Amino acid sequence: MTVSRNGKARSSGDAARRGRRRQLGGAAAAAVLASTLAACGGDAGAANALTWYINPDSGGQAEIAARCTEESGGAYTIEVAQLPREASQQREQLIRRLAANDASIDLMSLDPPFIPEFAEAGFLAPVPEDVAQRVTEDVVQSAVQGATWDGELVTVPFWANTQLLWYRESVAEEAGLDMSQPVTWDQIIEAAQQTDTLIGAQGIRAESLTVWLNALIESAGESIITENAEDPADIQFGLESDAAVRAAEVMRAVADSGVAGPAFSTENEDASATEFEGPDAGFMVNWPFVYGRALSAVEAGTLDASVPEDYGWAVYPQVDPDEPAAPPYGGINLGVGAFSAAPELAYQAAECIVSDENQAYYFTTNGNPASSIPVYDDPEVLEVFPMAPEIRESLEMAAPRPQTVYYNEVSAAIQRTYHPPGSVVPGETGPAAAALIEAVLAGEQLL
Amino acid sequence: MTTTTLPPTEKTQPKSAPRGSISDRSRSERRLGWLLAGPAFFVMLAVTAYPILQAVYESLFSYRLTDPANRSFTGLSNYLVILTDPLWWQALGITLFITLVTVAVELVLGFGLAMVMAKALSSIRPVVRASILIPYAVITVVSALAWQFAFDINTGFVNSWFAWLPGIGTDTDWFGGTWTSLLVICLAEIWKTTPFISLLLLAGLAQVPEVLQEAAKVDGATWWQRLWRVTIPNMKAAIMVALLFRTLDAFRIFDTIFIMTAGANGTESVSFLAYRQTIARLEIGLGSAVSVLLFLCVVLIAVGFIKIFKVDLSQARGEG
Repeated sequence: MTVSRNGKARSSGDAARRGRRRQLGGAAAAAVLASTLAACGGDAGAANALTWYINPDSGGQAEIAARCTEESGGAYTIEVAQLPREASQQREQLIRRLAANDASIDLMSLDPPFIPEFAEAGFLAPVPEDVAQRVTEDVVQSAVQGATWDGELVTVPFWANTQLLWYRESVAEEAGLDMSQPVTWDQIIEAAQQTDTLIGAQGIRAESLTVWLNALIESAGESIITENAEDPADIQFGLESDAAVRAAEVMRAVADSGVAGPAFSTENEDASATEFEGPDAGFMVNWPFVYGRALSAVEAGTLDASVPEDYGWAVYPQVDPDEPAAPPYGGINLGVGAFSAAPELAYQAAECIVSDENQAYYFTTNGNPASSIPVYDDPEVLEVFPMAPEIRESLEMAAPRPQTVYYNEVSAAIQRTYHPPGSVVPGETGPAAAALIEAVLAGEQLL
Repeated sequence: MTTTTLPPTEKTQPKSAPRGSISDRSRSERRLGWLLAGPAFFVMLAVTAYPILQAVYESLFSYRLTDPANRSFTGLSNYLVILTDPLWWQALGITLFITLVTVAVELVLGFGLAMVMAKALSSIRPVVRASILIPYAVITVVSALAWQFAFDINTGFVNSWFAWLPGIGTDTDWFGGTWTSLLVICLAEIWKTTPFISLLLLAGLAQVPEVLQEAAKVDGATWWQRLWRVTIPNMKAAIMVALLFRTLDAFRIFDTIFIMTAGANGTESVSFLAYRQTIARLEIGLGSAVSVLLFLCVVLIAVGFIKIFKVDLSQARGEG
């Protein structure tokens, strides 16, 4: 405020100064207002400028965006915008923007479990038939399944992830475990106890716990959701089945084995990878990024080169010896925003992004496995990722997490009831989780 | 216990103009008052009253953000669901526990720091004040991450530094249990917000009349007696205001829990429940109801303080 503090008598000069100040204030306010309005208007760029919302990676998606921009010869330009690190927070941000009809979202990197929710809410632009045909040709089955909702392809498969069983060759040898054949969880636990080494699995209350439980139940021959329905009251759960009891038994056995590490109930993928680089490492289930992580650590001089040389890999462990495992499936698919001003251009760009060449680039530089089958025969890929054949085999066997509009509720309720894994009671925790999901979906309980 | 305070001073009551006849002068003054306060008043309406009223309105609906077509009026059923759910009461208990522990510890620590700041040599006083205030300048998320890294079993140094203490070893998983998680959460909160309380108490300390201290000294009162019978009674208003602000603040705890445990092991606070229903589950109706209940708790605390402890907010600002 322009109050005269010393109480001097007001002169005409004072008044004039006040007048000037008022003008100045008015101008400043107008300037602020104008800049705010301009910011709201946004979209100052050209009509063919596409924005691609990406999950944080090692720079691969930004590079692919630049390559496709150049390749298009001016038809479109792709700019990337980075989402939060956690998949759940990526969903939160995208879904709130889309609920407000955000037209700036042309392309988005989507975690497959959330795709049904986006599709059902009408947040994804329909995939043109010819595009759908081209982007599903020679693509691993689990990736196509993850990109589909209600019998229709709603997103474009980009990269497909799966967990492998990682082991230290020296430890497996010492325990006398034949890793050329599929092994079971019980065998791993026994081998780790025998050699006094650690088993790495994700016991933290996070999405990774759902990933683990889903793989265990699917490996035992059942699914978390056995029958999908539009009305949440009609959804049937397989959490009370014998397979769910077996899954809980395995989870509990790992937690109680004494070889799960001291911080098992807070262990996430990164903590598992760190533990596996340590001296007590034996076995671990984890995504393929752990291999690249170890190699980078060797390059940075923080890890001895003999450590990754000792790394062995095999397909995910079985629950029962006579039944093949159903490894976790993950990855990223590309969705086109329903409110995008140029969905045709966005699909054109999406096709470029998922080209075999770009998938091979992304695989070898960022460690994210391709969804396209021919990429696995690329000699360069095989050289950088010697485990590529196992990844492809695992992707063919992989089972997705339950596909439902209410995935967030299902996963959060599972995390609540199955955490910590040491408190899981076979035959009790499963039904409790099913009851919680049903009550939450019926609006009778908080989550 | 006898205490020594200055006799209360009567506040001067504003003299109202004679009824009926409003002079031109007072009319124009009234207009000037509205012109000066009006913009702020309308901004407050827009950014505070409107969202609160909207939350109250939406809490009466079953409304999922991704499914606006199926929005339906359900009356008070959202409140019934929340108040009959043990999860709400557990979260409320945890929130109250964190509030009580952190505010109590902060009050004692903050008082100590305020005394240090008040008594520090004038040459080093600015440095002391600035260094005490640093934690308060740190963003809560950053402080939560820093404390989490310190206690983490892989990245932390706490386990190896304090391994000589019974119950702590290199294998101690601080975030694996309810009470150990709460301990770290409370420590981080106390570290971060004690400066705030000490700053308010410093203002209160400055208000204690030096004459009373000298009189007590002449009467032969010990340092302890002077603290309890002169200093503290004379700064009661400042203490109460500091307590009130910190209690309201502590009750809304969210960031530290979100970063450290994400609600695992029964460490969810009331704010965290509101976040999960509204932001994660997109259940706007249920989430708004949790927020409204949280708001009511906060109002209850504020009214309780003002009514029971007779906190006079204007006194703390030295207007009394």
